[in-house]
Amino acid sequence: MSEQFKQEGGENSDRRAFLKTGALVTGAALAPGVLLYGVAHSRAPEEGASSKVRWGMLIDTTKCGDGCNDCVTACNTENGLSGKTGPQDSQWIRKVDIKDLRTGYVQSLPMMCQHCENPPCVDVCPTGASMKRADGIVLVDRHTCIGCRYCMMACPYKARSFVHEPLTEQNPDVPRGKGCVESCTFCVQRVDRGEQPACVEACEANGHKAMIFGDTMDSESEISKALKSADSIEVRADLALNTGVRYQGI
Amino acid sequence: MAQQLCINQGECHTGKFIALLSLGGLVTLGALFAFFTLEHHGHILTGMNNQIVWGLPHVFAVFLIVAASGALNVASIGSVFGKQVYKSRAPLSGMLALALLSGGLAVLVLDLGRPDRLIVAMTHYNFKSIFAWNMIFYNGFFAIVGLYLITLMDHNLKAWTKPIGFLAFFWRLSLTTATGSIFGFLVARAGYNSALFAPMFVIMSFAYGLAIFLVVQTTMYSWNGLTLDLAIRRRMKRLLAVFVGASLYFTIVFHLTNMYFAKQWEFERFILVDGGIYTTLFWVGQVFIGGIAPLGLLFVKRAPGEHAISFTVLAALLVVVGGICQMYVTIVGGQVFPLKMFPGHEVQSTFFDGVVNTYNPSIYEWLLAMGGISIAFLLTAFAVRVFKFMPQDDFSAMQMRRSTD
Repeated sequence: MSEQFKQEGGENSDRRAFLKTGALVTGAALAPGVLLYGVAHSRAPEEGASSKVRWGMLIDTTKCGDGCNDCVTACNTENGLSGKTGPQDSQWIRKVDIKDLRTGYVQSLPMMCQHCENPPCVDVCPTGASMKRADGIVLVDRHTCIGCRYCMMACPYKARSFVHEPLTEQNPDVPRGKGCVESCTFCVQRVDRGEQPACVEACEANGHKAMIFGDTMDSESEISKALKSADSIEVRADLALNTGVRYQGI
Repeated sequence: MAQQLCINQGECHTGKFIALLSLGGLVTLGALFAFFTLEHHGHILTGMNNQIVWGLPHVFAVFLIVAASGALNVASIGSVFGKQVYKSRAPLSGMLALALLSGGLAVLVLDLGRPDRLIVAMTHYNFKSIFAWNMIFYNGFFAIVGLYLITLMDHNLKAWTKPIGFLAFFWRLSLTTATGSIFGFLVARAGYNSALFAPMFVIMSFAYGLAIFLVVQTTMYSWNGLTLDLAIRRRMKRLLAVFVGASLYFTIVFHLTNMYFAKQWEFERFILVDGGIYTTLFWVGQVFIGGIAPLGLLFVKRAPGEHAISFTVLAALLVVVGGICQMYVTIVGGQVFPLKMFPGHEVQSTFFDGVVNTYNPSIYEWLLAMGGISIAFLLTAFAVRVFKFMPQDDFSAMQMRRSTD
């Protein structure tokens, strides 16, 4: 009996050990996915963008380094831009230096597509090539852009560039083409993999941490908490575009 | 061949006709050369850039499109308002409208970054975009004015002239309203964002279209050794003066309104006072050459004779030059002025923020722009040669009408 109990007890302890190991393995296998989902809501490629998410960015200009250009360099590398700054070269993100004319206070901040909720570029595009994804990312469909540049006339942030010459050695994740208009995509290829945009990653890596990216619809996200804790503004708030990019410190 | 085509004129100036076609053809070939070069190398060869996205080709294209709708006005006065003098000019007016629109649209299309995707523009419509509406208006204009011309030329369809003439009139008003709104709906830029653009473009179209009509009509009469009736000449001269005056009025109201808004002061100062070439083009080109000088010429009291004609034609030509200056100030001037993202701040960046941009059109832009004019010119020259577009005035009927009035 006791032997049997032992045996049973032995079987029971084996089962317990098996269940424990199984749970640990399953947990270890699932945890990164659950964690990533929690951080960035990554999704399968076949899954469409969700309107339950609104990607946004908060830029603290007081932390933005004067003369630091790391976000621009990271953007150029990630998206295959030349980094040249001639009048006909593409710039998806740029550092803007502003000086208050009354007080003389100087600031430096990154400026890019503001991913508006009501984007003028999307309104004016004749073919619908300029479009906003369900999760708020504003993009250009390279297959239907006819290169009329009306969106560039309409953008209040001068965030768009026109590709003036044939391109070579492109990043396969970021197709670009002569004769089309392009702009910051929030590094959509990275965001869809559950990563941060290249500029945000670079800003964090150099210790400035002036840029926070995340889901503004998720009250637990870092960006939502940061937005709740301090006042932030939209550039050209008078246009009531409800931009996805907001600034603190201006 | 050319001799056979010459079916409606007293004398067939075949040599002159061939010379005209050759000239127009050469300029059009130049535009095609520019198009294929840009298609291969990209817009890097132009003076346009990420700050000045619409340049010289757009200036001429929009001018031609606006003038096209205005040229149809002559026909509308005949069909819609029943004026006999204008009725007999309706075919020429309709044909000119189509020719000018063809020239303008050709430039717009040839300047696209991806002209090969024209079919995309015809099959994908974003109905919130005024540009998409314009494509419908432009295509519809061809169809409606084409039908209108057929009803004018085929006596069996005469009953349709008035209703289709009405439709063409409302369509052309919508078209110019939509063309003006391309700029009026641009909320971000100081130079645009005004509802006034729609009516201002309509009234300017009246002036530009009638001016071009008068130049073409006078040339046709002169080539056929005919002189335009004095009463008709006076009437059309006065009408042009009214349109030029109204255009000036809208220009004044537009700038006065802007000057009332503190946020627009810098832009107004730029255009009216210290904008360099844009200030010069505004005051000398748009206001003086395109407004005050033609008004002066049109109101000069002269005994009927050669001078009166040449003064009217000169005034019309000045209106055209002033119109192109106006488009340059509106389209390029509106873009060179920096976007105001941070009011009260001095702004600097690698993307030319906060600076007045410069624009120097290259030879390719000039070739495209001239191509628009040459296409309109070629179509007009050919159409006038092979169709019956010479105004046929029934003076006895006009006399009777006058005596009964």
